[in-house]
Order: sequence, then structure tokens, then C-alpha cells
Amino acid sequence: MTPKRRGHRFTESPLLELALQGWRSRMVGLLLMGAFLVLVLRGFYLQVINNDFLQEKGDSRYLRDIEVSASRGRIADRNGDLLAVSTPMKSIWAIPADARAMSSAQKQQLASLLEMGVREVDSRLASDKTFVFVKRQVPPETADRIAALKLPGVHQEKEYRRYYPTADMTAHIVGFTGVDDKGLEGVELAFQNALLGRPGSRTVIRDRRGNIVEDVGAMRPPLDGKEIRLALDSKIQYIAYSQLKAAIAEHKAKAGGIVIVDTRSGEVLALANWPTYNPNNRQNLSGAQLRNRAVTDTFEPGSTMKPFTAALALEKGKFRYDSIINCAPGKMTIGTATISDSHPHGALTVAQVIQKSSNIGASKMALSFPPREMWEMFDALGFGQLPQLGFPGEVTGRLRPWKNWRPIEQATMSYGHGISVSLIQMARAYTVFARDGDLIPLSLLRSNEPRVHGVPVFSAQTAREVRAMLELAAGPEGTAPKARVSGYRIGGKTGTAHKLEAGNYANKYVASFVGIAPISEPRLVVAVMIDEPSGGRHYGGDVAGPVFSQVMGASLRTLGVVPDAPVQQMAAVARSGAL
Amino acid sequence: MLRLNVILLLIAVVCALGAITSQHRARKLFQALEGEQERARQLDVEYGQLQLELSTWATHPRIEQIARERLHMLVPDPVGRPMPPRAALARAREGAR
Repeated sequence: MTPKRRGHRFTESPLLELALQGWRSRMVGLLLMGAFLVLVLRGFYLQVINNDFLQEKGDSRYLRDIEVSASRGRIADRNGDLLAVSTPMKSIWAIPADARAMSSAQKQQLASLLEMGVREVDSRLASDKTFVFVKRQVPPETADRIAALKLPGVHQEKEYRRYYPTADMTAHIVGFTGVDDKGLEGVELAFQNALLGRPGSRTVIRDRRGNIVEDVGAMRPPLDGKEIRLALDSKIQYIAYSQLKAAIAEHKAKAGGIVIVDTRSGEVLALANWPTYNPNNRQNLSGAQLRNRAVTDTFEPGSTMKPFTAALALEKGKFRYDSIINCAPGKMTIGTATISDSHPHGALTVAQVIQKSSNIGASKMALSFPPREMWEMFDALGFGQLPQLGFPGEVTGRLRPWKNWRPIEQATMSYGHGISVSLIQMARAYTVFARDGDLIPLSLLRSNEPRVHGVPVFSAQTAREVRAMLELAAGPEGTAPKARVSGYRIGGKTGTAHKLEAGNYANKYVASFVGIAPISEPRLVVAVMIDEPSGGRHYGGDVAGPVFSQVMGASLRTLGVVPDAPVQQMAAVARSGAL
Repeated sequence: MLRLNVILLLIAVVCALGAITSQHRARKLFQALEGEQERARQLDVEYGQLQLELSTWATHPRIEQIARERLHMLVPDPVGRPMPPRAALARAREGAR
């Protein structure tokens, strides 16, 4: 049998010999080719058509998104001295489950570097959360040493800490931030949006050792927060703060505030309060310490209101500078109430009413005009309105609508009772006399050009006359001879107001002094308020006057204002020992 | 034909190696740049810390305290005459003796 050999012979045994048809091997060949084609197509599909998924998987092996941190803007005073700065810190955090692998020696090391007890560290790590902070705001050098220990489950995160070099001196105006760079008080809160930095991000390729070897794609640059330039002058602020503090200690007062305004630009050059706090260490803070009294607290101003009454009287033409008002016998009854002067006076001119601070004189002037006119003046001066500083917690004060004023109320308002204002409102209102009768908005931020035009409240003539009255009031015959400043002509008005407690006037006082200088060309308004002086003296002239004198004198010299007083005055002030 | 193929293959290999080397060098340079940028950032941070330190040392209360206590300086009298500090006077007297 010689069959035609087709295909291969696989055996010698004829029994098992099967002839394999040629198509079978070709079939196998085709199948293999087909499978190969499927692989090629699949490969093409994965590589070219639908490659996103694998690309992503690949990228995730070596591409990293990293955040580029941005710092919070700094706060500086008008001369660029820093008031608030952020500096980078590290926070140490741990994954408790991983961190349990630490040996006790390692734990000891960690605890000693962090200046914590081992037990404290243990209690932090005992948590069953997946993330715990071991310690926040750790200095970078310490953090580097911890990183060098290579502790299991212990990680670090960059964060910022805010420092306030001027500490308690500027605490109320600058405010402070919380741990996450969120402004909580003061300028930090008011200008949060401008100060806040926006972190950027970039995509990079990292090698095995964690080094960045290539930038991939576009980088989103970080935006650092803007620097805020305040109108504050830290030197003047220091003078104001230290004098206020000294006066409060001397007179055993409860609290106090001081505001200094540049009358040309409306800039707030200083704003200090007592009690205050250290924003770098905010443990055991009380509400009283946090309050920015000059802005958020109102008080009945007392006699510092009288110059406005006099100005209105002059403005309406009812009285002249030297019109005579009979203030005898030192008591006056309106309706059922009686008002009195602290010292009885006889007949006084309008100027003398201000100089001697006669309640009766002021009341008689006030009762000569309708309530609406008086209300309109107060309103124009900004009383009963927000000061619009953009400061958190600003208050409007209390100015009741004129329709239900009774005559006695109108009389008491003329000398600053039955109306409440904040110290900053008072300082602003006095800029009217320092300028030629126009009112300008106050500014916390440095502004470069002086404001030429404000809203007119009084005529220039009235402003000049009231300035002359204010100079008399602070003169040797006035209520505040202690407010005089050597070398400069000053003018100002004292205020001694009874405090209102539960609807009755208590035997507690608010002593204040608001003044302007130099009289020949006013540059500054200084407003001082001292709450509950209890060291024996409580008159504005005795308590707040000397503070004004010190602060105004030093501020004018700091600003390089040319002295305008005649030489004899300097000698007189020097002899009386007012400075 | 074969020779041409071998030459082309060699050229291809050389080009590939070149590409690898230049990529490597680019990464090296990038790393160096990155390092310098990191250093710049650190210096910036240090500058900030030094500024902070400066402003902490230069606060007005500290200046006044040192002026008064260590340097025995005094505020001039109201007419503007600097009053000689007592300590300096004492020292002058010591020197005269």
C-alpha cells in the first residue's frame, strides 16, 4: 500500500498512520494569524483609540500635583514698619494606626523635640481616627529634625504662623487671625479678602528619590496676599498707647481709649485702647480686653458736645461770639427737671460759656433753635451713623429722632447727655473745627493726597470762631490748663460725664478731652477718653487733659510741625509744669 | 541594500541614544534649577524671619526702655535744652578728678 503521502507521518506503525489533510495545518496557521490580528487590533485600540485610561494609570505612577503655597499679606504702618507678618511653620500630624509601630525610644525622642510629655503624645496617638495633629505651628528647624528621625506614621504639613511685632500696642487696630489664616478681629478681619493668598499648583514628574525632574503642563502661579498699608504711624501710636496706659494706672481707671486723626487727610494716625492683649499669645483672653472701645463702645460725651451747640448758635445767627447769656444763679428749671453748673457763673459771653463749660449757657443756646435744626447738625456731623471705617463692630451711637425730643432732652443734649457717641465719631466731628467747617471721611488706610473738599457743616467763619473758643477753653482761664502744649497753640474741650447705669446717673464718670492743634493751622485732632477714673480726680481737665498734652506735643514734634506759639507761652507752660 | 539598512539602523540607534542623553541632561539641569529655586524660597523665608526679628528688636517700647535705662537718656526740657543725664554728669566729674 503506497498511499500518496500527504502531510507528515507521525508514526512508523501503519495502523496508526493517518494521513493529515493539508487544510488542517493551514487552518491552524490561519487561526494563529487571526489571534495575532486580534492582539494587534487590541493593541491599536488601547494605544491609539482609547488610551486615556492607561495614560492616566501611567501618569499616576510618576506624575504628582503639588501645591505651591502662598503667604498671607503683611500689614505695615504708614512708614513701612511691620505690624503683622506670616512666617512658615510646620504642623506634625500622624496616622495613629501606623504610628503605633514606633518604639518607646523613638516616642521619647519625638516628645522631647516637640517639648511635650510622652504621655501627651501617647494620648494623641491613642485616637482611633485616621488623622491626628500631634502638634501645630512647630518651628521649621525642629520639624526638620523630626523628619530626620524617619518615624513611622508621622508626617508634616506646611502652614503659616502670624506674628505681631508690635504686640499689645496695636492689638485692637490690627486684630489677629485664627490657625487657618482666617482673620478674626480688626484689620485682619476687615481686609481678609485682600490679605488672603491664593495657593497655586503645578504638575511635575518625580524620580524614585522624590526629586522633581520635569514640569509637565501649565503651572498655576500662587498669588501672595496683598500688603496692607495702614494710616497708622507706629511712633505716634506708641506715644498714644504708653501715655494712655500711664494715665489709666495713675487714675486707677477701668478703661480708656485714644484716637489721633490727621485733619488734612482724615487718616487715623493712632488708635489705642486699654485694656488690651498680646495677639501673639491669646490664652485667657477676656471680652473686655478684646473690645476696641474707641470704635465699638459708645458713651455719653458730656461737655465735649458744647462747641457744636455754640457753632450751631453762631451759624444760625442767633448769637454772636460775644453775645451775653445770663447763666446766674447756676441753676435752671426746665419742665420738672433742674440742671445746674458745677460752679455757678454770672453773665457769660458765648465764648466764655465754652471756656468755663457752662451747662446752663449751652442749654439756653440749644433751646433757641427748633429740635430739627439741632438733629440735622448732629446727623451732619456723623453722630448716630456708622463711621464707615470698614472696621468690624462699628457702632452708630444713639441719636433719637427729633420728633419726640422734650425741651429738657434738647437742653441736656446740648451738653452731651442723652446722646451717645463713640470716641472715633467724636474725633471725626472735631475735624470740622480743625478744617474750615467741612467734614471728611476717616481712613484706616494710608492715602497719599490730602482731601481738599469735605461735606460742609459749618461756614469757615464759624469754624474759626469756635477754634478761638476752644483755645480759650484750654487756656489758663479755661477748664483744661493742663492740656496746654509747650510750643504750640492748642484748643480743646473737656468732658466729664456721669455714667448711666440701669437708667440712672451713677457716681461714676467718663473723663474726656478732645482737642486740635496747632490752632494757627490745625494738623491733628486728639481725642482721649478715660472710663471711671477713681484715683480721687475725675474732671476731664485733670484726667484726660495731661494725656492730651503729652500726646499732642510729642505727635506734633514727631511730624515736624512748626511751633506756632509765641515764646512767652512756652516759658509760661514750662513754668506751670504742664509738660 | 543590506549595507544601507545597517547604516540606517546605526543612525537610528545613535539618534535614540542622543534623545535619551539630552532628556537626561535636561532633567539634571531642571533638578539643579529646582534646587536653586528652593534655595531662593528658603532665603526668602529667612529674609521674612529676619525682618520679623528686626521689627521685634526695634519696637518703640524697647528703644525707649534702652534709651532710658541703659543709655540714661532724658527728654529735653520744654524750652528745648537737652538736660544732661545725671549719670553722664557723674562720669564727667569722675573724669575731672
